[in-house]
Amino acid sequence: MTLWLIPLLPLAGAAINGLFGRRFSRKLVATVALAFTAASFLWALVIASRFLSGGQVPIADHVATWLQIGDFRIEYGFLVDQLSMVMMLVVTGVGFLIHIYSVAYMEHEGGYYRYFSYLNLFMFFMLTLVLANNYLLMFVGWEGVGLASYLLIGFFFRRDSAADAGKKAFITNRIGDFGFLIALFLLVKNFGTLQFADLFDKVAKYSPGAEVGVGVLTAIALLMLMGATGKSAQIPLYVWLPDAMEGPTPVSALIHAATMVTAGVYMICRSNAIFSRAPIALTVVAIIGTLTAFFAATIGITQTDIKRVLAYSTVSQLGYMFMAAGVAAYSAAIFHLMTHAFFKGLLFLGAGSVIHGVGGEQDMRKMGGLKKYMPWTFWTMFAATCAISGIPFFAGFYSKDEILWQAYSSPHGSWIFWLVGVITAYMTSFYMFRLLFMTFTGEYRGAIEPAHGHGAHDDHGHHGTPHESPWMMLGPLVILGILSVVGGYVGVGHRFENFLAPVTPSVLSEPQTAALAAPESAALPAQQSEPASENSGLEDELMAISILCAFSGLGLAWFLYVKRRDLPDKIADSLGGLYTTVLNKYYVDQIYGAAIIRPLINGSRAILWRGIDAGAIDGTLNASAKGAQETGGAFRRLQSGNIRSYAGWVAAGAAVVVIYMVWMGTR
Amino acid sequence: MNAASLNPMILTLVTFLPALGAVLLMLFPRRARDIRWFALGISIATFVLSLHLPWHFVNGHPGFQFQVDRQWITTPNIHYHIGVDGISLWLVVLTTFLTPFCVLISWKSVNDRVKEFFILLLLLETAMIGVFIALDLFLFYFFWEATLIPMALIIGMFGHERRIYAAVKFFLYTMVASVFMLIAIIWLYAHTGSFDFVVIQGMLASGQLVIPAHIAQWLFLGFFIAFAVKVPLFPLHTWLPDAHVEAPAAGSVLLAGVLLKMGTYGLLRFNLGLFPELARRNAPWIIVLAIIGIIYGALVAMVQPNLKKLIAYSSVSHLGFVVLGIFSFTQAGLNGAMFIMLSHGVTTGALFLLAGMLYERRHTYDITEYGGLATPMPIYASFFLIITLASIGLPLLNGFIGEYLVLTGSFQARARWGILAASGVIWSACYMLWLYQRVFYGEVKREVNNTLADVNARERTCLWPLAAAALIMGVLPMVWLRPVEPAVSRVLAFSTAQVQSAAPSTMSNVNAAAPVAAPVAAAVPTHTEQENGR
Repeated sequence: MTLWLIPLLPLAGAAINGLFGRRFSRKLVATVALAFTAASFLWALVIASRFLSGGQVPIADHVATWLQIGDFRIEYGFLVDQLSMVMMLVVTGVGFLIHIYSVAYMEHEGGYYRYFSYLNLFMFFMLTLVLANNYLLMFVGWEGVGLASYLLIGFFFRRDSAADAGKKAFITNRIGDFGFLIALFLLVKNFGTLQFADLFDKVAKYSPGAEVGVGVLTAIALLMLMGATGKSAQIPLYVWLPDAMEGPTPVSALIHAATMVTAGVYMICRSNAIFSRAPIALTVVAIIGTLTAFFAATIGITQTDIKRVLAYSTVSQLGYMFMAAGVAAYSAAIFHLMTHAFFKGLLFLGAGSVIHGVGGEQDMRKMGGLKKYMPWTFWTMFAATCAISGIPFFAGFYSKDEILWQAYSSPHGSWIFWLVGVITAYMTSFYMFRLLFMTFTGEYRGAIEPAHGHGAHDDHGHHGTPHESPWMMLGPLVILGILSVVGGYVGVGHRFENFLAPVTPSVLSEPQTAALAAPESAALPAQQSEPASENSGLEDELMAISILCAFSGLGLAWFLYVKRRDLPDKIADSLGGLYTTVLNKYYVDQIYGAAIIRPLINGSRAILWRGIDAGAIDGTLNASAKGAQETGGAFRRLQSGNIRSYAGWVAAGAAVVVIYMVWMGTR
Repeated sequence: MNAASLNPMILTLVTFLPALGAVLLMLFPRRARDIRWFALGISIATFVLSLHLPWHFVNGHPGFQFQVDRQWITTPNIHYHIGVDGISLWLVVLTTFLTPFCVLISWKSVNDRVKEFFILLLLLETAMIGVFIALDLFLFYFFWEATLIPMALIIGMFGHERRIYAAVKFFLYTMVASVFMLIAIIWLYAHTGSFDFVVIQGMLASGQLVIPAHIAQWLFLGFFIAFAVKVPLFPLHTWLPDAHVEAPAAGSVLLAGVLLKMGTYGLLRFNLGLFPELARRNAPWIIVLAIIGIIYGALVAMVQPNLKKLIAYSSVSHLGFVVLGIFSFTQAGLNGAMFIMLSHGVTTGALFLLAGMLYERRHTYDITEYGGLATPMPIYASFFLIITLASIGLPLLNGFIGEYLVLTGSFQARARWGILAASGVIWSACYMLWLYQRVFYGEVKREVNNTLADVNARERTCLWPLAAAALIMGVLPMVWLRPVEPAVSRVLAFSTAQVQSAAPSTMSNVNAAAPVAAPVAAAVPTHTEQENGR
């Protein structure tokens, strides 16, 4: 099966637009970009349909050898199994929709060809990442999406803030990649391969709890986690994602919400054979995820920039996915990844539509009442907000509830994870409905005749009154809106979990296996079948609590931002320092700057360069050269004399030597 | 004519064609325009000719190919012994590949003493190729020193404001260091009666020549210091930034692209080739210096206000990877070291070309003078970006392969080496992306920069092949690695055998004239011509 076509088609689009796009019309640029993305999506659908109709599983495609040292071989090889199929469809599907949306959204921007070239390049790397059959090729995609993200965040490169944000994203990611790379070295050193199939076979020989190898696996898993925290914006490396909002809004939707930032979750789930055998690492994953989910949600409550609220919400939702992965509920993580791609992609596109409609304004305090101007945007965003808040029967409800239940009930879980998760769900519901109410209800607070806002942001400030966006943009909103409602139903009755089961086999530690004494096949559905009867009551109670949280968050947001709009400011005032701290994102950027970045730069300049290089080394050498100069009279002449006479002497000397040798040789 | 019949003389042709061109240049063309075209023609012809080498190279063979061995001088016993193996093969091609771009970048920027400039450039090319193909220690030393003169003159005559200081510093630094190597070479000659690398290596391997331990250490250091200065290894690197800043663009390209590799090539060929056991014993401290170089070079690069100095310090960092790979004594590390030598030649060569183009327009390397250049010069900015990405080791571009292999190898040898060196992936992103931002992003800060012209056809001719090479090397690295691997294995096997002193059985048949030197050395391919002892 020609799997390689799926990533390569967007690459072809990127190359054509990148090389020749400057001479193309906008229409042609868009056509090329869309055609190749659509072709990739269609081909992915073909593959998926063959796959689902009972074809060979998994589908493998070995294209060529990339690198070989002795027996160690890395290939250009692709793999579609249940896990990568989900990812592939999400990436190509959502990616295609966002391409369509971009055609209209970016219409008035310069660098149209550049934008689509980068966007296609992103698709290439992202698909490489999810389809690779070995870690090094995955790393190619991993670094590559970082590049695409760098380029697209810095798309409006004339703005210093955009250039800063792009650089920050890339470097922060590189810090994570440093860990990922070392994990790869450890894998090579201990297992001699990076091919998923071989590697996981070898890893499977270790059982958790066994003495041998667990230390290594734990180290590998923790280093991979380091990579994942960079890419998926988790504590402590999340700082780049909020700044990444400098990029065009469709980019935020595709890269910084729906796909790229989920790569870390995908990587952990892909490596479940390793993580499941490293319980300590799993717990660390869950703790980081839980902390991040909570921490980012608190910041989200205070932000007033519509995209920043969504950015912190993304960080928070990614935290949920890490929480799920950390309790070995990989399928729940991927389930939430998928529904999140729908509703968060939609939220960003909706925000883009709003920004488009109000002439480039991003501050929610200057919006309001937009419901009557842009009903389509409102209703689709309403669906997405319900989904992310966990309102029953919307997509996010199913996936989030699955995570919370697993956090509580999984052998790796704990009631603490569940509790923090539920509190975070409450906050999520609050800040998301806050966003919705501030933007769409009440009176319009913006200027009706805004000055042309061009250049300030990726704006479209060419009208006076707010207006609905063109159909090219609304179409993707509607499709994603539908998916945000129905996307969760694939998870009903553990269908999604069972679908992914072949890729994420449950691994129980030795005592547990012994206790269950069940055959291998029974080990998997154990969670659902055997304890189901006694647990279903508990599961329902917990679900009821989380539904309650979702609605009370909604209610509070309604009370504060619709009913008593004077209250939020008063509350903020009364909180004083606490509010300011959260509003300023706990000053983490400032702390990193003062504790790491500035000492590094100043130290390099003052100590390494001026001190060691110019002072110690060159100082010593110049002193000794001067000493030699003073003792040797000839040297003095040479050094102070002009270079040509000096060089002339050397040349003359060399010539004499050559003549002597030739003469000796030909004698 | 059968192309293979060129084999016996191809190396001599490739090596001396530029020198011949220099002589002709001295005699014939007068007008600057003719001189430039002539130099370009010669350098391209040399490159085309040198492609014969990889084309007809026998990949599986670890030993030297295209050999010529003639007595040159009887007393002392100096041979014209040349040949290439997998280690030197691509370095020769790298040299011939970069030289035409050096001619092109000097097209407009060198207006004064044009003839002298191109004569020096072509002589330099001959000397550089000579270094890589010489198998006679005296011949090697001769070419080694011969590179100094044209390079010092190029810096001193055609450089910028402080060119004299830089040229003298460059000359003295490397000259003094290579005296130590000369002493070592003379010692070896005095005790073997031969300058022939293959012969001496055979004698050492077979135990025919036993060097007392304390002397061997000094010999090792003698070679090592000469090469370490050239690499340059921390803390012997301070000549490099000055030389680069003052050198004209072509000088910088060859300096970074080729001359530095002479150092790492020397380490690999002579320090490992002749003293494998000592190389292993000395590896720990050498690796410490290499790792310091990687991190220190990057950090110092980060704070440079001068574009060329920044690139120069980045070279210190990259070359640290090469030294680390060489002394990791692993297949991956050595292969990676070889690959970085090539990829660094391409990317840093390209970076200096790019810097030269900017200098032609604004006559400054001061980074603060720029800013926002992506607006007036979008194509230039794109090329700069591609090369930047290659330099920071983005996968699918050439920088990644070498770095990955070296890190894998050094990690296998000792985990903490790999971890420390791997931090380089963070530092390189810091200094290069910051540089890129300061030069290209933001609003155009200086009025004069608004009117800068984007790259012209001549400049594009320079940049396209290099950008393409960066991509192809990253996507299909095996094209380059396949010939390298057997030669590298041979060095490794040789050193292992020495360390285990298990060599004698295979080495018993070695005599002074036999070219077979190492345990795994297979039969010499039929087409190489042995002219030993005529």
